[in-house]
Amino acid sequence: MQIQVNGERHDVQATTLSALLDEMGYDATTRIATAVDGCFVAARQRPAHALHEGAQVEILAPMQGG
Amino acid sequence: MTLFYGTELSSRLMLGTAQYPSPEILADAVRRAGAGVVTVSLRREAAGARAGQAFWELIRGLDVPVLPNTAGCHTVREAVTTAQMAREVFGTDWIKLEVIGESDTLQPDMFALVEAARILTEDGFRVFPYMTEDLVGAERLLRAGCEVLMPWGAPIGSGKGLNNLFGLRALRAHFPDVPMVVDAGIGVPSHAAQAMELGYDAVLINTAVAKAGDPAEMARAFAMAVEAGRMAYIADPMEERDMAVPSTPVIGQAVL
Repeated sequence: MQIQVNGERHDVQATTLSALLDEMGYDATTRIATAVDGCFVAARQRPAHALHEGAQVEILAPMQGG
Repeated sequence: MTLFYGTELSSRLMLGTAQYPSPEILADAVRRAGAGVVTVSLRREAAGARAGQAFWELIRGLDVPVLPNTAGCHTVREAVTTAQMAREVFGTDWIKLEVIGESDTLQPDMFALVEAARILTEDGFRVFPYMTEDLVGAERLLRAGCEVLMPWGAPIGSGKGLNNLFGLRALRAHFPDVPMVVDAGIGVPSHAAQAMELGYDAVLINTAVAKAGDPAEMARAFAMAVEAGRMAYIADPMEERDMAVPSTPVIGQAVL
């Protein structure tokens, strides 16, 4: 399935958001937040969140800010 | 005592964490400022890149309350989603809500800001709205559930100080009991002191400290200015006059 992750196209096997994070090498302890198609997906919802062809996934981490 | 959503801060100086020459200098600046709050943000990061995690460890080690922002958001939807993501990552329901309406000045879009503030307040957030000094907009934000207001001094990163003194005075006078923070545009400690002398409850500084030749020293200078300005406000400054009034008594003056 082809999806977009942080604006880049990826061919992935994963069918859920949590599987996608595993497949992309995100450590379970890493402090990140996720959104799919512009909507926030909480960590506890990731295993049940099914991905679809062309899904737009955002994976964000802490960053300096003003 | 000023309470920001029920919390008294250890200092009235809020400090941004962006643009420092190094993480060590950032940490030093936060300590020298004695910052009451530090602002943080969220950005894309690839798996395996650890910059975000390292930054988070550094911030946690400073033991200062964090205020995540929605910097860079131009729509209600972007801002709301970013706030929800920030709440999970940083473990706080405080959010500095930025919805930018104009790219050259980074001026807040007050209409979108009010709408996003209402949605987030209903969702349990404690919203710190980055706003213009507009009185009507302020009224709408308070009605939307905001209990703190953050008017700009001048455009973000401009260092121009308090661009509209009249407007900031009016806002302070109009909402005497609302905790208010001057956010953005402050360039030097005297600007911060001026905001505090007007009766603002705190200031938020980033670029002026981060881009100083010696950020830690400048952080300390800002801390002193904020304290001096606050003390001056409490001490009730004299009235300004257009004409001179002699300070030395004229009675008993010799005729020579």
